[in-house]
Amino acid sequence: MSIRIEGLTKIYGKQKAVDGISFEVNQGEIMGFLGPNGAGKSTTLKMITGYLPPTSGNISVCNLDVQESGAEVRKIIGYLPEHNPLYLDMYVHEFLQFVGKIHGFRGNELIKRVEEIIILCGLAEEENKLLDSLSRGYRQRVGLAQALFHDPEVLILDEPTTGLDPNQILEIRKLIKEVSSRKTVLFSTHIMQEVQALCSNVVIINKGKIVANDTIDVLTRMKGKETRIELEVIPEIDMARLAEIEGVNNVISKGNGHYEITASFEKDLRPLISRKVMELGSDVVGLKLFESSIESIFQELTRQE
Amino acid sequence: MLHIYSKEINSFLNSLIGYIVISVFLTGLGLLVWIFPETSVLDYGYADLETLFSFSPYIFIFLVPAITMRMFAEEKKSGTLELILTKPVSGMSIIIGKFLSGLTLVIVALLPTGVYYYSMHSLGNPAGNIDSAEVMGSYLGLILLGGVFVSFGIFASSITRNQIVAFILGVFFCFVMYQGFSSISIMPGVEGNSLLIEQLGISYHYSSMSKGLIDSRDAVYFLTIIIIMIGSTNLVLKSKQWGS
Repeated sequence: MSIRIEGLTKIYGKQKAVDGISFEVNQGEIMGFLGPNGAGKSTTLKMITGYLPPTSGNISVCNLDVQESGAEVRKIIGYLPEHNPLYLDMYVHEFLQFVGKIHGFRGNELIKRVEEIIILCGLAEEENKLLDSLSRGYRQRVGLAQALFHDPEVLILDEPTTGLDPNQILEIRKLIKEVSSRKTVLFSTHIMQEVQALCSNVVIINKGKIVANDTIDVLTRMKGKETRIELEVIPEIDMARLAEIEGVNNVISKGNGHYEITASFEKDLRPLISRKVMELGSDVVGLKLFESSIESIFQELTRQE
Repeated sequence: MLHIYSKEINSFLNSLIGYIVISVFLTGLGLLVWIFPETSVLDYGYADLETLFSFSPYIFIFLVPAITMRMFAEEKKSGTLELILTKPVSGMSIIIGKFLSGLTLVIVALLPTGVYYYSMHSLGNPAGNIDSAEVMGSYLGLILLGGVFVSFGIFASSITRNQIVAFILGVFFCFVMYQGFSSISIMPGVEGNSLLIEQLGISYHYSSMSKGLIDSRDAVYFLTIIIIMIGSTNLVLKSKQWGS
């Protein structure tokens, strides 16, 4: 068990930021840590890295208790804090050397590792630039580079793709995917696609409490979930005939030959629908399936009452 | 500790603050020692550097907190404190690294004043008629004083995330510790304890050192204050990290 959290609670004044959460991350797993803003994600990650003390509860990383053996835990964790703080008055290679020295790299070993990590994180062209002058995407790469420098067993990333443009997001995701093959990764995000793109397991928290902890497959098949299909036909057809198809739960006409169909999740109904429309003598000009994504589950689970 | 130290020294060299502090210190001191008629040693008639050692503390009161104000306040504000504290490095070695870098800057600022000593040495009649041992002792006192001010400045920087607040608090701590106690000791109503109160302040211990008299009790006093302030800074960092 790489990360084990039991009954973790953090109270700021009167507010319970994290309220008795427990979960485990197995070795080699990429775990998404999901929640709306202010749900307690960063606080939890800060406690796992030993930066914040929990009010109560236990955290162990690779069977080491974070509070008792904080120094050892800090050696095996690579951590990218929220907002990716960096010493902006340093040069990229200077900063990475500084990080390396802190991790006990010296001499040739240090130089070699800096070169390796610069190539791994795609920083070769930016190596001699001031961190202050880097774009956000490159800064994020430097942030990842410092987290990965000592080849940590456990990688903790706090919102690694926030504030990046879509291309940068894809690049950072690719990088995380590349390096994560032999590592345990726990990363927080409020972007749902990210979880679907990167990880197998997900923990969703809301208001400091865990509302779901499962694999993505299980979550997307959760009971009561439906898929939504948008259909456009020419000319218009009889809605009632569509509702005859097995599995269709409801059909709403949106006028002009647009229909919205809700159906159960088990089966993809699109072939049946298009065949039905043909039988009725119309043509399908648009047919789109909206899978019950982790997004809708997330919205359902974290809805503010 | 060493890499924190060299990182801090680098950031002094990369930013203007180090150069500004050193040049302001040297300009101010140069004016006081050589130009301004009231304090100039040229008109004084004696070949000694008392002006240097009696005015430097007052310049340090303002300049040392300017060096140290960013040390923790900036790291807190930009979040790099979290970055560094979640790496395998102890809070204490961060503090000591920063302390030593501040002290280094103080020493570097003092080095060019060696020229003053040489000038005095040559101007004496006969040449060389200056109490060199006294000057050396005074320098040691000034460096210890600088160390104390650096430790106050670092402490002030650790309790806030605002550099201006850190600077003002640093100046306040340095001033109260340097001048405050001896001023209190001559207030009416404390007559019975005035010596004790005066001994708590820095100026009591520094005044004998600035005359070149190195008393181990004074040295112990300075080192104790440095240790107490470094320890307090460590407590502040820890309380942030571990207190709920």
